[in-house]
Amino acid sequence: MMGASFMPLAPVAGPRLLRLLSPGGWSFYVAAAAVLFVAFPILHLVVPADSALHLSDYWVTLIGKIMCYAIVALAMDLIWGYTGILSLGHGLFFALGGYAMGMYLMRSIGHEGVYQSDLPDFMVFLDWKKYPWYWSFTDHFWYAALLVVLIPGLLALVFGFFAFRSRIRGVYFSIITQALTYASMLLFFRNDTGFGGNNGFTDFKRILGFPIAAPQTRMALFAITGAALLGFLLFARWIVTSKLGRVLTAIRDAETRVMFSGYNPVYFKLFIWTVSAVICGIAGALYVPQVGIINPSEMSPANSIEIAIWTAVGGRGTLYGPVLGAAAVNLGKSWFTKAFPEYWLFALGLLFILVTLFLPRGLAGLLARRKTP
Amino acid sequence: MSDATILREQWDDPVASGARLLSEGVDTSHKGILYLDGISVSFDGFKALNNLSLVIDAGELRCVIGPNGAGKTTMMDVITGKTQPDTGTAFFGQTIDLTRLSEPEIAGAGIGRKFQKPTVFEQHSVYENLELALKADKRVWPTLRSRLDGVARDRITATLETIKLVPQAGRLAGLLSHGQKQWLEIGMLLMQEPQLLLLDEPVAGMTDDETLRSAELFVSLAGSYTLIVVEHDMDFVERIAHKVTVLHEGSVLAEGSMDDIQRNEQVIEVFLGR
Repeated sequence: MMGASFMPLAPVAGPRLLRLLSPGGWSFYVAAAAVLFVAFPILHLVVPADSALHLSDYWVTLIGKIMCYAIVALAMDLIWGYTGILSLGHGLFFALGGYAMGMYLMRSIGHEGVYQSDLPDFMVFLDWKKYPWYWSFTDHFWYAALLVVLIPGLLALVFGFFAFRSRIRGVYFSIITQALTYASMLLFFRNDTGFGGNNGFTDFKRILGFPIAAPQTRMALFAITGAALLGFLLFARWIVTSKLGRVLTAIRDAETRVMFSGYNPVYFKLFIWTVSAVICGIAGALYVPQVGIINPSEMSPANSIEIAIWTAVGGRGTLYGPVLGAAAVNLGKSWFTKAFPEYWLFALGLLFILVTLFLPRGLAGLLARRKTP
Repeated sequence: MSDATILREQWDDPVASGARLLSEGVDTSHKGILYLDGISVSFDGFKALNNLSLVIDAGELRCVIGPNGAGKTTMMDVITGKTQPDTGTAFFGQTIDLTRLSEPEIAGAGIGRKFQKPTVFEQHSVYENLELALKADKRVWPTLRSRLDGVARDRITATLETIKLVPQAGRLAGLLSHGQKQWLEIGMLLMQEPQLLLLDEPVAGMTDDETLRSAELFVSLAGSYTLIVVEHDMDFVERIAHKVTVLHEGSVLAEGSMDDIQRNEQVIEVFLGR
């Protein structure tokens, strides 16, 4: 019954924006915005550090990071939950966005690296004398921001065009995306590629001139990430409640009927696939300055599989479900990896199996069941 | 006078009710709307279609019968662009070469297809199913911006009445009965405003009452649409058919009125002679 109940086709009063969420949904939305933009800044910046109510750096970074993951889960829901295409390579788009932002952050270090050179330390170490051509202009923030959108977007567009045109579907598509992210990881592991090899980028000093570790900068990045999450939630809702959104779900359920109804599924898939990749890239760009590092392990197949697990745990095809799923799994992960570090992957696997067996509609399904017994 | 004769007489009357048939891109100036000529298709050496030639007139209701494996479904696949013929030509009207178009392009050109197994969007309501099928600009951007206007709503309501699913408009299509799904799929075809409707076993799994109502519907559609009906149910074919084509081993074995067909020695041998 995914989605069907809140897609009014009859004309309802009020502009479309206000109808994207139900009244209850808007209450949650406004409450979340109040917590993110008012409560958190006060608890972190105003409440003194020795107070019990003070929100520590640890929590701000952790929640900031989880919001980035939630954006990725949202993007995953668009392509998997609504369109039925399981990508096991979304970590790649996330990492590419992160690397694009990372290039800018590396160049903002200036002469404060270990070797006090114009070049990042890893290039000095490789005995490079100048930046490779693809690092051109990356010292400009807006150019880097453009790359954050363009690189994942163009890769998704080209890859998706050939894959969808060749009618690669289902598990074959999933495997190819998995191979794509794995191959990229191997490429980025190489020092010659020019992205710092297996160490990636780290030791950032500042962003747009602000010291990157300062509480105010941290809080600003946190708030921007929160705004991005809430913004993308509405954007995704706008897509899935449009006629295009209904075509996407129709592709998931009966693709041949979609074709024989006169829609070319290739372009619809390509559209949502590219949108999803761009959203992931932006999430990666928000992640890197908060976490302070980006390296090729973000492209490892396991990371991309985890994204699918957050989405499944939260409940596919609901948008808010995957956001909850990303939050729940990652809060669990940060506790679990401290308590029983070596067992986390087993726990994750077990969780996935249990959810698939007993909660096919995920946390969102559980909430919906409580509401309508 | 039996139901069948009444229906047949209704049909016989004004064949081409004009306007719709001549509208838009399909050139039916020579009476024919579909021309298959010398079509052959083979899969791994098996000849599914063998030099098949067939002409369908605009406004006709043609029944295609034949034993399993006679090539009925493959013929529909060729017409709708799902299968490329090895040899032969397929023209829609005088000008549209079907072998050069993709499935969505053929659907857009005015050919609607109903599958053997009812194929509707199960997670969408009946209303939304019809909305999606509605003839419109079906490219990505216009679809994203699309809003239903009054004319479209009226068309959906009219179709709901035709397929007798008004009370079910808000239900998920997946919850409909088998027969209702068949009707919904037919309704979706009508929303596309096609010139030519291909119906693959449209009454399979329907109750007697539903079958009767389907017969009425198809006969009423003939004239303003062209219909090709593939069916196993011989009673049903007898009820609606004006002209029948018998396929056997990938080519046309016989063509003519139901009476002619029933008297044809060859046909009796391969198909009717049970």
